[in-house]
Amino acid sequence: MTLPNVNTLLEKLHSNLHDEFPQPDNNIVMIGIHSGGAWLAQTLHQKLNIQTELGLLDISFYRDDFSQNGLHPQVKSSMLPDIEGKTVILIDDVIMSGRTIRAALNELFDFGRPQKVLLACLVDVGQRELPIQADIVAHTMPLTSSQRINLSGPEPLELSLVTLNKEGVQA
Amino acid sequence: MSIQLNEEGRLKHFLTTEGLSRDILTEILDTANSFISTQERSVKTVPLLRGKTVVNLFFENSTRTRSTFELAAKRLSANILNLDIARSATSKGETLMDTLWNLESMYSDMFIVRHSDSGAAHFIAEHITPNVAVINAGDGRHAHPTQAMLDMLTIRREKNNFENLSVAIVGDILHSRVARSQIYALKTLGCNDVRVIGPNTLIPKDIESLGVRAFNNMQQGLKGVDVIIMLRLQKERMQNALLPSESEYYRLFGLDTHKLAMANSDAIVMHPGPINRGVEIESAVADGSQSVILKQVSNGIPMRMAIMAMAMGGQNQDRQEQAK
Repeated sequence: MTLPNVNTLLEKLHSNLHDEFPQPDNNIVMIGIHSGGAWLAQTLHQKLNIQTELGLLDISFYRDDFSQNGLHPQVKSSMLPDIEGKTVILIDDVIMSGRTIRAALNELFDFGRPQKVLLACLVDVGQRELPIQADIVAHTMPLTSSQRINLSGPEPLELSLVTLNKEGVQA
Repeated sequence: MSIQLNEEGRLKHFLTTEGLSRDILTEILDTANSFISTQERSVKTVPLLRGKTVVNLFFENSTRTRSTFELAAKRLSANILNLDIARSATSKGETLMDTLWNLESMYSDMFIVRHSDSGAAHFIAEHITPNVAVINAGDGRHAHPTQAMLDMLTIRREKNNFENLSVAIVGDILHSRVARSQIYALKTLGCNDVRVIGPNTLIPKDIESLGVRAFNNMQQGLKGVDVIIMLRLQKERMQNALLPSESEYYRLFGLDTHKLAMANSDAIVMHPGPINRGVEIESAVADGSQSVILKQVSNGIPMRMAIMAMAMGGQNQDRQEQAK
């Protein structure tokens, strides 16, 4: 399976977001989800000339699989600008089960009440386990349940396909 | 294998700093560091332990330790039950195991245990139903590992590393569970120069086998240290003729500005509290610019959050292994 070039997808994400938000606006806040989403958000935040500070969300303390996987010790601190009443653009690299986004929304609302939240993702791979969809997607490529797509970075940004064995470990 | 670790080598009880690897201690410090940022937000709770029941089982009184465990549990969204056992069941003649079995029947997920007998938390961890985590909040003269780890967190945040530090622990080393847990943690984390300072009557005879140096002269012992940890002098020790008098003790082993001048100029002063002003530490030092005593209290909450979250994570992993 050939994987698309990240920069092409990022450009597409940018142009879609630009159509949606053509003018710089103090009411827009962009937030990247650690780690892949944060790398993408860094570029998009600059290109779209967003006036408010870029936000970072590490959702480790909000995950619902903590009881299975334990806790990752190096949790980045989530740093968000004021989101009260703002339009929040949430950026993630890959959307799959939807659990990351659920956790991100839960954490987001612990910081304030945004007026609106949009989700933009680089790749949608299907396999949803929750009724959550992205508003803007640069690329759709349905995977099977044993496949994963990873974004490595920050320099260079690259997508890779991973196949899991029966134990759920990378084969 | 240590009773504190599960099959994958992850923490599932936290009873002592003795015998835990440097990796595990570092993981605890890193995790606690991650929780510090959540404590500075307007919403301080995270949902990690939602729906879990934590029981504060204090057979011995302690306001500060109990309340920081309670706050830590609440900030992890757990339900917490405070049991003042000192004044209830055991005083009516119930045995420790009967008390435990009763609490287990209420489907608790974690016990925070403080007891005046050394080994109490370990005993409970051995006999409790699988998948209930036990955290030692101080047992007799044996260990007080969460206090030691919050002190390590404070040292690491102030000094960045352990390798090049000289650390002095001053006071009643013999009866101090805090000192013992600190020594194990410091040595494991790579601190090469750990000193204990106190009168001979209050220093265990075999202390140097732990890799520390003992001093009876405080001025000598403090020379060039980066960290001074003062211990609380328990006044009842006076009655056992282990000490001459309070004023004599203060003259020899109380930390005043003169003795502090023997340490490095950027040395930090620590104390696990509660402090006896004018008995082991001068007010000007306790409230001075080198004192980090109140930072220790603040660090107690993220440290206890980290240990509770990690132990519960380790128990859950075990639970899934057994279900397979």
